[in-house]
Amino acid sequence: MPKLSAILTLTTSLILGIAGVWVAYNVDMLPVSASMNAPVYDELYRVLFIIGVILFIGMTALVIYSLIQFRRRPGETGDGIDLEGNISLEIFWTAVPAIVVLFVGLYSYDIYDRMGGMQPLMHDHSGQMDNQAERVWGGIGSGPIESSSKKNSSSLPIELTAMQFAFIFHYPKGDIISGELHVPVGREVSLKMESKDVIHAFWVPQFRLKQDVIPGQPTILNFTPTKAGNFPIVCAELCGPYHGGMRSNVIVDEQEDFDTWLKENSKESI
Amino acid sequence: MTISLKPNNSSPEKLQPTGWLKYLSFSLDHKVIGLQYLVCGFLFYLIGGSLAGAIRVELISPLSDFMPREVYNQVLTLHGTIMIFLWIVPVVNGAFGNYLIPFYVGARDMAFPRLNAVAFWLIPPSGLMLITSYFINGAAQSGWTAYPPLSITTPAAGQIIWILSVLLLGGSSIFGGINFIATILKLRRPGLKLMQLPMYCWAMLGTSILVVLSTPVLAGTLILLSFDIVAHTGFFNPSLGGNVIVYQHLFWFYSHPAVYIMVLPAFGLVSEILPIHSRKPLFGYTTMVFSIMGIVVLGLVVWAHHMFTSGTPPWMRLFFTIATAFIAVPTGIKFFNWVATLWGGKISLNAAMLFSCGFIINFVLGGITGVALAQVPFDVHVHDTYFVVAHFHYIVYGGSVFVIFSSIYHWFPKFTGKMLNENLGRFHFIITFIGFNLCFAPQHWLGLNGMPRRVAEYDPQFQLINQISSVGALLMALSTLPFLWNILQSILFGEEAGDNPWNALTPEWLTSSPPPVENWDGEAPLVLEPYGYGKKDSNETQEAIR
Repeated sequence: MPKLSAILTLTTSLILGIAGVWVAYNVDMLPVSASMNAPVYDELYRVLFIIGVILFIGMTALVIYSLIQFRRRPGETGDGIDLEGNISLEIFWTAVPAIVVLFVGLYSYDIYDRMGGMQPLMHDHSGQMDNQAERVWGGIGSGPIESSSKKNSSSLPIELTAMQFAFIFHYPKGDIISGELHVPVGREVSLKMESKDVIHAFWVPQFRLKQDVIPGQPTILNFTPTKAGNFPIVCAELCGPYHGGMRSNVIVDEQEDFDTWLKENSKESI
Repeated sequence: MTISLKPNNSSPEKLQPTGWLKYLSFSLDHKVIGLQYLVCGFLFYLIGGSLAGAIRVELISPLSDFMPREVYNQVLTLHGTIMIFLWIVPVVNGAFGNYLIPFYVGARDMAFPRLNAVAFWLIPPSGLMLITSYFINGAAQSGWTAYPPLSITTPAAGQIIWILSVLLLGGSSIFGGINFIATILKLRRPGLKLMQLPMYCWAMLGTSILVVLSTPVLAGTLILLSFDIVAHTGFFNPSLGGNVIVYQHLFWFYSHPAVYIMVLPAFGLVSEILPIHSRKPLFGYTTMVFSIMGIVVLGLVVWAHHMFTSGTPPWMRLFFTIATAFIAVPTGIKFFNWVATLWGGKISLNAAMLFSCGFIINFVLGGITGVALAQVPFDVHVHDTYFVVAHFHYIVYGGSVFVIFSSIYHWFPKFTGKMLNENLGRFHFIITFIGFNLCFAPQHWLGLNGMPRRVAEYDPQFQLINQISSVGALLMALSTLPFLWNILQSILFGEEAGDNPWNALTPEWLTSSPPPVENWDGEAPLVLEPYGYGKKDSNETQEAIR
């Protein structure tokens, strides 16, 4: 009997595990990935999804099985078994979640580090005159995955000013002001953000990145687009009546197209 | 002068109105106050639910076309505030806490009956004030979080009334918390040890500690915010040198524990309901107690996970990720213990049981998305999106509200002496469960794919999923009808329940239904094993009880 239940438990766990992996690899709920850190994000998402599916199906199945197996049959009287606890079982289901949570925490730390989250926050103003270090309050720095691709090109500094209800982008190089964000594919962008009025948030779902844009406290967001195309910029912090309408676009161009755009719109010759 | 512990000779019945009028009076009876909380909370739930309905109607189409944009923001602010401060917190704490805790500790009333009545009577006026602010000059429109500078720049009247109302409700909550701590620790019947108390007492003790520690922080924060609004101080106003992120830290120092103030009592209620309807002892009593206290301690140090995309330094993001994820461990223990409580039982599939099991399934999903959201890299994509909306509705509706319904089905016979109709109750469960999941499950996808929360207009590609969600909301609204009908017809024509229809061992069932004013005619029973089901002698005990 103990042998049989051991085999049963093993088989169910195996089926659950396979189901989890299958679902995570076959149910795709994420939008297109268009930045350097999006595939890294998707990797974390998949791991969390596998664990989540296993846990959810497992717990739901246990509850439904118990309700059916141990239901009170018509005419049945009396109580269930007198079972108040089981020390080894309780240690088991304290230890397993603790290990899983610890694993998830360390793994997501690694992911976050690869995304540049643990890097010191600096705004690359190379070629600009303000050399004094300005405090940056939050954001995502220039990450290891970015630096491997950087090779020779330094990051492209852009300034974002958010206000009710628009995003205004300013390119120090060429002194361009634009309501849409134009960036070249494959080059790191360093977006320095500040708000004029209330708190807004800069979010590009296809980049898997979001950062609040805060009045009085500059924040920074580094990312490298990897796919040419046109993606939405969404404000993700309640900012007033037209919050839902506060949207813009990021246009990711090939390098040549971006250079043309830059040239056409520059106020000064570069 | 000695204080008599025996029933007072000048019976309080003579001092208090009797009949239904007592429910409108400044009654000092904990049972009357409990039911006042419950009915008052339910009325506010109907208002908050109508506001949710208005939101779902607005979101049927991608354009902002159902109501003016300012009104939409007022509606979502009122919806959140009402559901949290006027429905879930007062009901899972005030209603069931007041009704049950004196029974569970073997007392004839709460420690401070007058404070108790004051705590309840703060709620209706502050609720009415909050709602009528809409008709005066427009209600607050900065969300239930009231982040400055938005809350400073939107019309002041509504925001100030919102602050006053939340301050009063917070005061009510603190009074209740002090009362519960005093009652549980000091009014226990002689001979009853802490580790022999029903689990709901532990849940309420933990919750009350959170209430007393964290609510004053919210009060202080809102007072500073109101200074910024009316006296143009600069605490949180960046144009006067204030810091908007400090507000967020202070706000979430209360408002994350507030989540546990809404779910810990629900955990306690489920721990009472499951053993009775599966005829099994509660599995792992001691680990349940420690996991409640673990959640209380961890719950106080996780607030910044609401601020991963604010101006938060990297080390802080990391610390709060780990702390938050670890809450899954004590919470997981409770869920495994509940399933083990079902295991090997003789389960009655009645409405109370179904709603409790629905709670387990919903909350597991909400917990899984919660652990995912605790991971900073995951959160920077889905923060402030419909993914978060789905997550917390799985916690507070799929969790707390399902437990409230379960508890109403379970304790209604005690409250009124009448049975509810079980078939109507099961029908209510099925419609609510389907409607709830249809409404909120698709919202995970919306968030992952780019729909932010608190918007009146959205990208047209999300229209179909939003319409599905609105159909679910319609089902949830309709599911209230069989419930209300069941309550009304059972009060009027329901089958007599008798004292102990579920054959339960906890002390509130060891008296008449409804119970007399001071709970027991004779001495309070000493219940040392509130979960002693399945014991060899328990059948005899139950015979003796009958």
